[in-house]
Amino acid sequence: MADVKLRGLRKSFGAVDVIKGVDIDIADGEFVVFVGPSGCGKSTLLRMIAGLEDITGGTLEIDGVVVNDKQPKDRGIAMVFQSYAIFPHMTVRENVAFGLTINGLAKAEKDAKVAEAARILQMEHLLDRRPSQLSGGQRQRVAIGRAIVRDPKVFLFDEPLSNLDAALRMDMRMEIGKLHQSLDATMVYVTHDQVEAMTLADKIVVLRDGLVMQIGAPMELYHNPANLFVAGFLGAPSMNFITVDVQAIEGDLARVSHPALEPIAVAHKGRDIRAGGKAVLGVRPQYLAPVEGPAGMLHGTVALTERLGSETVVDVTLRDGSKIIAAIGEDRVYPTGAGIGLRFDPAQAHLFAVD
Amino acid sequence: MATKLTQSNGAGWAFALPGFGLMVVFIILPFFFAFALSFTNQRLISPNPTAYVGAANYRQLLGVGTITLDPLRDDAGAVQRAADGSPAYPRLREFTRANPDYPQLDGMREWFSFGRGESRTFVLARDVVFMKAIVNTVIFVLVVAPLQGALALGLALLINQRLRGINLFRAIYFMPVVVSIVVVSLLWRFIYSADGGLLNNMLTGLSFGLFTPVDWLGTPSTALGSIIAMSIWQAVGFHMVIWLSGLQTISPTLYEAASIEGATKWQTFRYVTWPGLRNTAVLVLIVITMQAFALFAQIDVMTKGGPLDSTQTIVFQAVDRGYGKQDISGGSAISVILFCIVLTISLIQRYLTRERT
Repeated sequence: MADVKLRGLRKSFGAVDVIKGVDIDIADGEFVVFVGPSGCGKSTLLRMIAGLEDITGGTLEIDGVVVNDKQPKDRGIAMVFQSYAIFPHMTVRENVAFGLTINGLAKAEKDAKVAEAARILQMEHLLDRRPSQLSGGQRQRVAIGRAIVRDPKVFLFDEPLSNLDAALRMDMRMEIGKLHQSLDATMVYVTHDQVEAMTLADKIVVLRDGLVMQIGAPMELYHNPANLFVAGFLGAPSMNFITVDVQAIEGDLARVSHPALEPIAVAHKGRDIRAGGKAVLGVRPQYLAPVEGPAGMLHGTVALTERLGSETVVDVTLRDGSKIIAAIGEDRVYPTGAGIGLRFDPAQAHLFAVD
Repeated sequence: MATKLTQSNGAGWAFALPGFGLMVVFIILPFFFAFALSFTNQRLISPNPTAYVGAANYRQLLGVGTITLDPLRDDAGAVQRAADGSPAYPRLREFTRANPDYPQLDGMREWFSFGRGESRTFVLARDVVFMKAIVNTVIFVLVVAPLQGALALGLALLINQRLRGINLFRAIYFMPVVVSIVVVSLLWRFIYSADGGLLNNMLTGLSFGLFTPVDWLGTPSTALGSIIAMSIWQAVGFHMVIWLSGLQTISPTLYEAASIEGATKWQTFRYVTWPGLRNTAVLVLIVITMQAFALFAQIDVMTKGGPLDSTQTIVFQAVDRGYGKQDISGGSAISVILFCIVLTISLIQRYLTRERT
């Protein structure tokens, strides 16, 4: 078990800067998820921690020791790959024991460790099979088993569930959550799937173009996104953004208006928003509620209705032609083309400076 | 059996016909011809009609026998000795030339002999040259297959790196493959030449004149080895490329996983690279074996089977019999024997390298 400190970490491939100075503190036993769109550098960052990529600048500390120039095996890490990376010609037992075998561990000790890992992952019955006889989820279990027997200071997961189908992904997600609880180990997990990030993480790091956008607990990021990118990235369907005119600043509140919106006051949180200028109002689709008749704060017409059973997702075209989405928590039909009014609590809305 | 291949596929067969036809005319028909002719006394040009002779050609080629002889003794019972002190034995001719007591040895000649106590066992062959050809070919295969395979793998591992200018090395190692084997053989005849050959000059220079030049291709003890060395050098690049393609099918993630587990270079090769090359290894081994059995051009250009039959090979014998000596049936029989040998070896290799579940 150990903490991990990233200080001003940078990575360049030739003239291309991929990681542009990243500072992250990962506490002992914490489950940290790196999340971001494709190409944001999250996998590269993980591979730098693993030692599979050189570090161009900055320092990386694991358990209080700078490991910039240490070989992967000397960093006390274990990694689970998206493609599992299990050796096709070895049985499950041999795969799990691989690290122990090459380090010359005695057979009895090896067997005990493999048995323990198999018990934790409930795969005792698979030990004598070959990878070709396993399903995707079982293969990923083997990869995780190989990580467990190393008893690492830090577990690294590189999109471990991306190759699994949706149902299996949910199962394995819960497994990994349980694993974290039972092992109480420091884990760093990379994903582009925000559901995995929200459900698994103690702390989420949102990355974009090699820079940290925001670090915080999942709900903190969800309820208090620091910027437009984080606000738009987390949550499904993603947050609605409406460009509004700022009429006045009144203390902590900014009074904003829009052709389709009744003027409202929203907390500006000290962001760079000035009276007479523009700002972006963000409202999550789930916080929009329909109202009958001409009342409500947002006015538009229904463009499309998607009924999911527990939820109805309505595409609304606002009066000025811009589109927003409302996720309404009941099964209801909204005729296409009909006028609709939407209401929300200004306290649940966010106001961002225009990029 | 009605499959898609045989049903309503006229156009497909029409397209395949030119290539298929050539294969029939030049590969399949000759094979059956060889098989049929090997049971006759057909000659290249002969006024006599062809006659069926059964397995006579095979008996002629493969006939072997042994005879154990006691040394000659004088009237007192003492062993007679030759001038150098070795025991003298009765002349083999007495047994192999129209001796009614030894009809099975008739027409045979000494291949080799070994002694036990005072008596000596002579192994006789009806066709000693062909026996030597078989032995030489087998030696060639046994040396070339593992050495060339291993060397090619070594080169493939070396050039499977991201280094500046690595393509230059790939090209250099591959170059001998592109050059015709006849040209290569001619060049190496100069290299191996007894007087002023490159190899002799180099060895003399490197040893400051201590090395006595050798007639590499003219000495029975070095001729086959010289041809083996040259043959390995010539085709190693081809197999290097096959190994390389095998290496590149191994997922890089496996290497990363191994490095995180702390595998050394050797362990990485042992546990990741080599198992991943299994299928490639089978292919390379079979291809080298086949090519080695077909050894002909080098012999034809460099030694013509000499000196003292020390570089006779099966294919060279087949060609030499069939066309040099105009004995088409004998050459055909040799081809069929080679076919059986190669088929047997392929079947054994296939069995040994089968997919185990």
